[in-house]
Amino acid sequence: MILLAGLGYRDSALLSNEFVRPVGRVVKRFGDAWMYRHFTDLSGDQAGDYDAVILCGTALKDTRCLGETERFSWLRVARVPVLGISAGMQVLSLAFGGSLLPCCEIGMEEVRVLSPHPLLPPSPSFMAYELHAHSTVPPADWISLAVSKNCIQAISHPELPLFGVLFHPEVRNEGVIGGFLSIAHSWKQ
Amino acid sequence: MRVGVLCSGGKDSLFACFCAMQEEEISCLITVFPENPESYMFHTPNLHVVALQAKASGIPLVARQSSGREDEELQDLALAIREAREKYRIDGVVTGALQSVYQSSRVQRTCRDLGLWCFNPLWYADPGSYMETLISSGFRAIVSAVGSEPFDPSWLGRSLDLSALLDLREYAEKYGTSLTGEGGEYETLVLDAPFFRQSIVIEEAETCWRNYRGVLRVARARLEEK
Repeated sequence: MILLAGLGYRDSALLSNEFVRPVGRVVKRFGDAWMYRHFTDLSGDQAGDYDAVILCGTALKDTRCLGETERFSWLRVARVPVLGISAGMQVLSLAFGGSLLPCCEIGMEEVRVLSPHPLLPPSPSFMAYELHAHSTVPPADWISLAVSKNCIQAISHPELPLFGVLFHPEVRNEGVIGGFLSIAHSWKQ
Repeated sequence: MRVGVLCSGGKDSLFACFCAMQEEEISCLITVFPENPESYMFHTPNLHVVALQAKASGIPLVARQSSGREDEELQDLALAIREAREKYRIDGVVTGALQSVYQSSRVQRTCRDLGLWCFNPLWYADPGSYMETLISSGFRAIVSAVGSEPFDPSWLGRSLDLSALLDLREYAEKYGTSLTGEGGEYETLVLDAPFFRQSIVIEEAETCWRNYRGVLRVARARLEEK
């Protein structure tokens, strides 16, 4: 069972229909069941019950979750694979001591792979859908996996299965979610 | 939150409106009328019926004419949204975008520039579930234009009901067409919705057909008590 966490400023169907359900459709297509929880209703104990957690994005103007990073302290202790998407990558980065920079990208951007990784498409670069107002300065020991012309697009923890992508893989890059689910299932075994 | 809904008169924008009104206050519908029928951004057949839809739902309409040229369309859209922001103090915009990155990105940028929220409740929705929910929720939409094979003139004016959905599923399987018309295969016009106080009756319409493309042009329509 995969947990999809909504990062919207409130627990709203309007936001989860746009940012969570499309991810859920991809998760289902790759053969996994999923459950939804809003980030304000989530603890490390609960997260550990799932095979993996995906922190979904939210609206461009929505910054509430970025100001409530203490709610994500469980990310540092829960031994569960995590994929942060857009705002989810920002939250993941902040939870481990990274920081944010203003950087707005909207629409399709070329993403260049720095270090080949099973999470990412194999080619040297690919086109990805962006919808974010900030980029991340990752925590010191994290690895940058891909960049656009403006900012870092994908990061991973040096040892644990914790990943962040700034682009939205549920739009035209579903394989990224599939890749994460494979990594998560292998890690669990 | 007060929101304005970008409305083409078709099923997607009005269903997005229906989704948004479950949580937010709909302050107005916003429509851009392109003079160019090949508009890049906007759905064009029967946009004049949006005024009747606004009246039927009791929601004010902000309407603006556009040349329909690619570069000017965006400016006209921004002007229409700005007018809605000033007149109705909207905090955000709702669209019926399904999968079009082209349209969605442009609306997102416009909203960012105007300091507004942007919501797309149908974004990457499952096409089959969406169509079933649309029909079961009480929307009455007809096909107002078709743009590719295997659609023939009999589709013009046809109700988008379960029988039509069955045919659309068959086309999708056989020909790879989109169930929702996302690829421009067909356009729709909503005549009734759960939030309409009155429904729309078409009194006079004509069909134009050329090279596998056809349009049902509504010449005269009126509101009727439900």
